[in-house]
Amino acid sequence: MRRPRLRIAVGVLLAGLAFAAPSRAAEEPLAVDLSRHLVEITTGFSGTDLLLFGAAEPGRGGEPADVVVVVSGPEDSTTIRRKDSVAGLWINTGSARIKGAPAFYRVASTRPLEQVAPPALLQKLGIGLERQKFDIRVEDDGANSTAYRAALMRLMQARGQYGDRIATVTRPGRRLFRTEIHVPATVPVGIYKVEIHLIAQGRLIGSQETPLAVDRVGLGAAIHDFAYRQAGLYGLASVVLAACAGWLAAWMFRKG
Amino acid sequence: MQIYLPIAEMSVNVFVILAVGGGIGFLSGLFGAGGGFLLTPLLIFLGVPPAVAVGTGTNQIVASSVSGALAQWRRGNVDLRMGLILILGGLVGSGLGVMLFHWLRRLGHIDLVISGSYVVLLGGIGGLMVTESVRALLRRRAGGGAEPMARRHARGWIDRLPLKVRFRRSQLYISALLPALVGIAVGMISAIMGVGGGFVLVPAMIYLLGMPTAVVMGTSLFQIVFVTANATFLHATINHTVDVVLALVLVLGGAIGAQFGVRVGARLKGEHLRALLGLLVLAVAVKLLVDLLLPPAEPFSLAAAVGAIR
Repeated sequence: MRRPRLRIAVGVLLAGLAFAAPSRAAEEPLAVDLSRHLVEITTGFSGTDLLLFGAAEPGRGGEPADVVVVVSGPEDSTTIRRKDSVAGLWINTGSARIKGAPAFYRVASTRPLEQVAPPALLQKLGIGLERQKFDIRVEDDGANSTAYRAALMRLMQARGQYGDRIATVTRPGRRLFRTEIHVPATVPVGIYKVEIHLIAQGRLIGSQETPLAVDRVGLGAAIHDFAYRQAGLYGLASVVLAACAGWLAAWMFRKG
Repeated sequence: MQIYLPIAEMSVNVFVILAVGGGIGFLSGLFGAGGGFLLTPLLIFLGVPPAVAVGTGTNQIVASSVSGALAQWRRGNVDLRMGLILILGGLVGSGLGVMLFHWLRRLGHIDLVISGSYVVLLGGIGGLMVTESVRALLRRRAGGGAEPMARRHARGWIDRLPLKVRFRRSQLYISALLPALVGIAVGMISAIMGVGGGFVLVPAMIYLLGMPTAVVMGTSLFQIVFVTANATFLHATINHTVDVVLALVLVLGGAIGAQFGVRVGARLKGEHLRALLGLLVLAVAVKLLVDLLLPPAEPFSLAAAVGAIR
C-alpha cells in the first residue's frame, strides 16, 4: 500500500515548499526553482519536460561558477538475472539482488564533470551514475558485482530511467542558468530529489535541494487504486466488462 | 494518440494496440483458436511487462471468445454437455496451473519453462496439424474419398474407461473422464502460458475425443470463455497483472476482427484451416526456439522494474 502515503507526502511537500523557497534565496549564492513540482501521470501521459532555472552568484574573481543538477528518484531494490549457455540453451543461471538503486537518475552540468570538479568532490556529492553506491549481492559463479552493476546501468538506460549522458545546463546571462529535465513516459511514481550544486574553481560554494513528486491522477489513478485495493472486485469487473464488450460486438454484427 | 496504461505503467499508441487486437481477434474467429499464443508474445514485444501481458491476455481472450462463441452458438455448433464437462476440468486445471506458476517462479526458471513449453507444445501440435492436413489435401487431389479424420484410430483403452456419457451433438458415446482430463490439461496450460489453450484443445477434441470438426470450434470457444474468465480473476486478485485499459482497447479491435474471422472461416475448408493454423503455430515455436538457442544480445535482465509497484 504505497499509494495513500505518497498522496499525503505530496501534500505536505507542496505546502512546505510555499514557505521554504523564497526566504532562502536572499542570503545564499544560489536561487533555483522548477517549472512544476508535481508531475501528474494522466491517462494521456506520454512524458514531459520540466524547466529548472535559477540564478547563481559568480565565483571569486567574477568568473561564472559551474552548476551541476542531479535528479534522483526514490531508491528501490531489484533482482537482475543473467543468462548463460547450458547444453546449447540460454537460460538464467545467476542472479544478483541490488539494493539502493534510484528508480530514476539524471545529471546536467554547465561543463563536462571532470572539468567542473575533482573526483573527490564528485564522489563526496555523489554526482554521476558511476559514483552511485549500491548494495549488490551476487549469486552467480560466472559474473561479479562489477558486471551486474554495469548491467543495471545498461538496462535502466534502455528503459529511459537513467540518463545515458550528461545533459547541459545553459547560461542565458552571467548569473542566470537553466536546464530542461526530460521525464519519460515510463517514469516511476514517488518523491524525487533535485539537487543543484554551485561549484567554482573545483570547490563547492553552494547547494540547494528542491523536491519533485511524480504521481498518478485522474482515471488512471482511480483504476490503479481499485486494482490494488479491491483486487477481487476489480478482477470480476474486468471479466464482466470484457464479456459484455464481446457480446455487444457480436450483437451489433448480427444486426448489421 | 498515446494512452497511459495504469497497471502496465507505460504509455502506448492506441492504434498499435487496436491493430494488434484486431489481428488476434480475426485469427480467433477464423480458427476457434489462436488468440493468446500470439497475443502474449506480441504484447511483450511491445514492451508490456510479461506478467501484465499474461494477465491482460487472458482478459482479452474472454472478450474475443465470447463474440466468437456466440456466433457459433447461433449456428448450433456448441455441444453443451461436452462443453460443461470441459469447463469443469478447465476450472480445476487453471487453479492447479496458477499454483504451479508460483512454485516455478520461486525457483527462478519460469521464463525457461514458459518458452520451453511454448516450443514443445506449439512445435509438436503445429507439426502434427500441418502434416495431417497436407496428407488430407494430397489424398483428395489423388482422387480418394475424404476419409473421416479421427475415428479411424484404434481406441481400445479409451472405450474401456468408465462413466460413459452420450454426447448427442458430437454423435459420441465416450467416458466423461476423457473430456474432464482434457479440460484439466488445457486449464493448466492456459494459466501457465497465458493463453486460451485452443491450440491444444482443438486438436485434442478432434484427434483424442473424435468430435466432428463442425462442433469443435464452437465448443472450444465456449470452454475457453469460462476458463480464461477464471484465469483473469485469479491473475487480478493474486498478481495484480490485469490492465483493464489495455484489455478494453485490445477487445475493441479484437471483437471486430473476430466477426470477420468467423465469416472467412466459414468459407474455408477444414484442411486448409488446419494447415494455416498449423503453420502459424509452427512459426511461433521456431521463433521461440531460436531465441532459446541463439546467444542473447543482452544476457542480463531485470526481474522486476526498479520503482515499479509489486
